Amino acid sequence: MADTDGKNGGAPESKTPAGNGRRSTLAALLEDSKAIRQRAIEEIKALKQPQKTVLWKSMFRVKHDETARSRALGVLTNVFLHLHPAKINRDAVRYSYTWGMGGISFYLYIVLVFTGVLLMFYYHPTKVVAFRDILYLEHDVPFGKLLRNMHRWAAHLMVITVELHMFRVFLTGSYKPPRQFNWVVGVILLVLTLLLSFTGYLLPDDQLGFWAVTVGTNMARATPLLGHDGPFGPQLGMTPFNDVRFGLLGGSIVDANALLRAYIWHCVALPIIASTFMIVHFWRVRKDGGISGPAPVMLESEIKEPRKL
Amino acid sequence: MDWHQLWTILTTPDNIPITALLFLVPFYTWYGLRQALANDRLIAQLEANPEMAKTHHRKVYPYKPGWPREVHVWPYLLRIELLAAIVVTVILMVWSITLDAPLEEPANPNLTMNPSKAPWYFLGLQEMLVYFDPWMAGVVMPTLIILGLMAIPYIDENPLGNGYYTFRQRKFAILTFIFGFIVLWVSMIVIGTMIRGPGWMWFWPGQTWDHNKLIFEVNRDLPDIAPFSYIPGIKTQPVRGLFGAAVMGIYVVLAGWLIHKLITLTPFNRKIYARMSLLQYVVMQFFLITMLLLPVKMLLRLLFRIKYIWVTPWFNI
Ligand code: HEM
Repeated sequence: MADTDGKNGGAPESKTPAGNGRRSTLAALLEDSKAIRQRAIEEIKALKQPQKTVLWKSMFRVKHDETARSRALGVLTNVFLHLHPAKINRDAVRYSYTWGMGGISFYLYIVLVFTGVLLMFYYHPTKVVAFRDILYLEHDVPFGKLLRNMHRWAAHLMVITVELHMFRVFLTGSYKPPRQFNWVVGVILLVLTLLLSFTGYLLPDDQLGFWAVTVGTNMARATPLLGHDGPFGPQLGMTPFNDVRFGLLGGSIVDANALLRAYIWHCVALPIIASTFMIVHFWRVRKDGGISGPAPVMLESEIKEPRKL
Repeated sequence: MDWHQLWTILTTPDNIPITALLFLVPFYTWYGLRQALANDRLIAQLEANPEMAKTHHRKVYPYKPGWPREVHVWPYLLRIELLAAIVVTVILMVWSITLDAPLEEPANPNLTMNPSKAPWYFLGLQEMLVYFDPWMAGVVMPTLIILGLMAIPYIDENPLGNGYYTFRQRKFAILTFIFGFIVLWVSMIVIGTMIRGPGWMWFWPGQTWDHNKLIFEVNRDLPDIAPFSYIPGIKTQPVRGLFGAAVMGIYVVLAGWLIHKLITLTPFNRKIYARMSLLQYVVMQFFLITMLLLPVKMLLRLLFRIKYIWVTPWFNI
């Protein structure tokens, strides 16, 4: 800038007759401002292609164009997208194959974490206060009711989508080698999804949750060996005050301790465990060679001899 | 016909998932099986024509020789994911604006809810409580369901149908899973939600949920029924328990025999059976025999009003 200034400032000086210093300074200033305006326009025009800016390049590193290389790198160099391969089976993007249920389950999980964290800002896991917090959320917190509804319905929906996902995986035989272990991880995720949903049920501390959890944990007292009402429980010294049910509830009845325990399982422990298993699940999908199909059909005559032990 | 009662049950906000399930499960079953049948037609064609099998691309999707086998994730997959996320968000938003999550009175241990129901996804287990004692319905069965699901990949020795929909090549596996998932799991949830009313009694759709309804069901144990009740000493313990153990033994043998017949029904079935190790076979029999126990006990209860088969001082089945 300084260099340009010098030239522009110097040039009029030599052309205009001496003695008219004031006018020439003014003209120089005008010239200057015109040049600055020109530059500004050019720079703003350049913003129409934000991909070319230093800021953009520093964030995404990869060129934004339609070459195969950039498309692949755009996925591979992004931490959120790198769970995907760069390219996939051309038929695997059809909705008819996966029904999108695994992805939708994961999206619902994200929605649940997001709305759940917002709910935590308003919720205290203590008797009496908990119920009032729900009333407060429903009636006073801006969009509180919407927040609570979304958390509830997303949870129900997730149970449905996870079950349908399992159904799809079964129907396509996707648990067959080499994906056996990922099916096992999936079953664990199904159990965790149900447990997350169930532990959340008690948190409003209303009649619905209270009796559902009472019914649910009453079954725990009948656990064989470990419950005081279960087969061989009493023989092993189980009482209402030392069996599994006591451990789950933090007491012999559903009360303040049970509420706190449900809260910690629901908001801390289970989400961490479920997230961990999801990471493993997705990692394994990639390591097992990506989505199983749609694969070319195999014929009975092509079955290979079973491997011998 | 109490339409109002029916409407109340169907539209209780917490029951909406089940109402949705009533449509979603049949839809996706049809959607999957339709593709299975399409593939099956192709398989039949290729099996009849080995020349064609050598050159065919082996999918029912459109295909041209020069087409690349793979597409870029960006944009062909990511745009679908974005679209799916938007659609799910819109559905959730509309659902959350129109229907409020339930909130009952504050918890009150002195005021029992009737019917007092578990969340809908556990109603299958709660319904099982009618037929089994809590230690079976609430602890043993759920554990076995989880372990049984986990065992599936390790006992299914059929190499066909890996990565595509098919029915023909996996008849036994698919029918078993559909039996377990739809007949035993989903329909029990539907019964638990829609049919079971106060006192966990059976109310047909449209029947009024009468809180004063009482049914005196005389449920008997198997040892107390006609021919068996004449066995000397059946009323007292060692005999009663041994009798139950014997009946259970007979059940296991019969069910095992039936399952064995099914998995060796066709030449193809026998081929897969020959591939199975002894351990795989035993584990599979164990889970299938246990699974079959549920419908058997349901029939015994509903048709003959039989409560327990096996009565011991420690547990009853
Ligand atoms: C929180 C629950 C779950 C999430 C978020 C999840 C997510 C996913 C995703 C995103 C995929 C990629 C393919 C697709 O979308 O279908 C996938 C694949 C898979 N999932 Fe899950 N899943 C869950 C539960 C389960 C369950 C319950 C099972 C089975 C019992 C399971 C077994 C599998 C298997 C075997 C694959 C590989 C399928 C293939 O290659 O075609 N997952 N999962």
